[in-house]
Amino acid sequence: MKIAVLGASTTKFGELWDQSPRVLAKKAVFEAISKSGLGTRDIEAIFVGNMLSGILGGQENLGPLFADELGIFCPAFKIEGACASGGLAAHNAINSILGGQYKTVAVLGIEKMTDHKPEEVASGLMAAGADEEREAGATFVSLYALMARAHMEAYGTTEREMAAVSVKNHFHASLNERAQFNKLVSLEQVLSSPKIADPLKLMDCSPVSDGASAIVISHDRFTGKVIDPVWIVASSVATDTLALSQREDLTSLRAVRLAAENAYKAAGVSPSDVDVAEVHDCFSIAEIIACEDLGFFGRGKAAREIANGKTKLGKGRPVINPSGGLKACGHPVGATGVKQIVEIATQLRGEADERQVKKAKIGLTHNVGGSGAIAVIHILRS
Amino acid sequence: MVGIVSYGAYIPKGRIKIAEIARVWGKSPEEITRSLGIEEKAIASFDEDAATMAVEAAWQAIRRAKIPATSLEAVYIGSESHPYAVNPTSTIVGETLGLGNDYLSADLEFACKAGSAGMQVVWGLIESKKIKLGLAVGSDSSQAKPHDALEFTAGAGAAAYVLGINEKDWIAKIIDFVSFSSDTPDFWRRDGISYPTHSGRFTGEPAYFCHVLAATQKLLQKTKLTPSDFDHCVFHMPNGKFPREVAARIGFSPKQLEMSLIVDKLGNPYSASSLLGLAAVLDQAKPEKRIFFCSYGSGAGSDAFIFETTRELVKRRESGKSIGKLMAEKRYISYVEYLKQTRKL
Repeated sequence: MKIAVLGASTTKFGELWDQSPRVLAKKAVFEAISKSGLGTRDIEAIFVGNMLSGILGGQENLGPLFADELGIFCPAFKIEGACASGGLAAHNAINSILGGQYKTVAVLGIEKMTDHKPEEVASGLMAAGADEEREAGATFVSLYALMARAHMEAYGTTEREMAAVSVKNHFHASLNERAQFNKLVSLEQVLSSPKIADPLKLMDCSPVSDGASAIVISHDRFTGKVIDPVWIVASSVATDTLALSQREDLTSLRAVRLAAENAYKAAGVSPSDVDVAEVHDCFSIAEIIACEDLGFFGRGKAAREIANGKTKLGKGRPVINPSGGLKACGHPVGATGVKQIVEIATQLRGEADERQVKKAKIGLTHNVGGSGAIAVIHILRS
Repeated sequence: MVGIVSYGAYIPKGRIKIAEIARVWGKSPEEITRSLGIEEKAIASFDEDAATMAVEAAWQAIRRAKIPATSLEAVYIGSESHPYAVNPTSTIVGETLGLGNDYLSADLEFACKAGSAGMQVVWGLIESKKIKLGLAVGSDSSQAKPHDALEFTAGAGAAAYVLGINEKDWIAKIIDFVSFSSDTPDFWRRDGISYPTHSGRFTGEPAYFCHVLAATQKLLQKTKLTPSDFDHCVFHMPNGKFPREVAARIGFSPKQLEMSLIVDKLGNPYSASSLLGLAAVLDQAKPEKRIFFCSYGSGAGSDAFIFETTRELVKRRESGKSIGKLMAEKRYISYVEYLKQTRKL
């Protein structure tokens, strides 16, 4: 399979109180179309990745809403898969091209969260969990705290090593003008931040964010008249039990391992071939587990490697989360999966300016929904 | 021109430590105290409300002015905790103070800035020569839902200001003022609802900072003055961080701000917050000193004033309790007593 990313764009992520979802969508999609060298009439379908518009905003029917706003009246769909909504929208868009239905489509990932009260957002996000988790009063930070504790007990992972993930991602975000947080943080600042769900502290957690990201993708036969594309060479989805309590192992996500295995096979690459990856660091422990499930490091080894700078820009390979990741670039949940593809495409084109990973040829995105109930992996090549 | 003739304050004696509230809810007392910059807050007693506290503050202002209560021709009470939805606090206060019947009055509500709005209304009546003396009060026993973030800050208190036309009576001249208003939904409470709703971090940049900075810049530009032209500054104090940060952003030094910072030990008594800060400055400032003042009310708006103290201030402030003394008169209460006193039990 070969799908061309012709254009990719993201808005700034953050507390965008003065920008509506309509404004954000227009910014992201029109910039992606503009970069692709195509026109709006070339877009044959729009796939919208979004999770919370109905719960928080009382607004569904996002396909026609954004088709209308963009003035592109074509088939349009909302795809929902919790925090993996963006990656899933891309997966469905790719399938629609591979199935021969469309030649060129736009994928929009979008979320507006900061207009709502924190307790409403936390409760809305738990719609991605299992009913018994909601009844128990669990939130996602508490579920990931259980995973962190299990990882600490199994492998001796420390709070300091987890904090190093946030420090590294803030460093990367300091080089990304579209990131929510551009400030460096120290290990001590992370470790002394307020506890949210022990052992996870405030600065182990990704923020609540607004933002939109978009890509324009097409069949390989369509790329002759536009700029050199970046290729999506694998798109893989896997699912697991909805409830964390039903998993065999709390230190690893089976959905990620399955999706990654299929993606590596489809792309004909191995984990050691990956130069740069955007992984789903909704919490610092999630990046550690991701690096192990994706095969970048052995089980129980990632925390130390990350703390030693092995995944930091300019220090090692693969560079993980050059955008700043969910932690520091921000996590507008429906946008995240698309933003990951935007970042990797930007890196593989060599257009990432200060945060450019040198000689990046192969990149990977890892987008997770719930506490690991669904995972979407994309592999891209220049 | 119009000037401040007198001022008075009231702070209820009940205090609860922020650490006590934090402990009840399983929060780190050190973290909460540090992040909000507040150590304790004042709580109205079971038999106190915005009306009784307004009376206490106004009494002190009238005594300080050495004027008969009947000489006050207008009373405006600014509060977001008026005891009645319908039935004016201002007439309860006027009756209790013995103003007679020949005064005009109304209640004002503008979240935390209704008191300074009252001063502007009284200023207008005096400037237009409709009246010679008028009273503006900011008084609040503010509400906070248990376990809401507001519970750490919402306090109680009142401050009263008598404004007048006769220059020889002024303790401070009102040099100028401006306002900056917008429809910004950062904090609200519908009629019949017990506790306010607020928009978390939205109450910061687009609300407090936007309006305080805009009103301040507008007044500084209008008067062609800069922060270094002032001896003291006063800002609304929703917590300990915001006034310090906004003062620094504008270019005021910690020394210019320090006299006004009542928030660390009193919390946020809403309509009385900035007016108590001003009273604390008037308690200590020397004659012929310039004071910059800016209130903030959610919803949202800011009133920025420039005051200049006179020689009369030093004589007149001798009578009555200073803010320092009122702050020192306190009795610590437990969280359960706090729930009882604020009628949550």
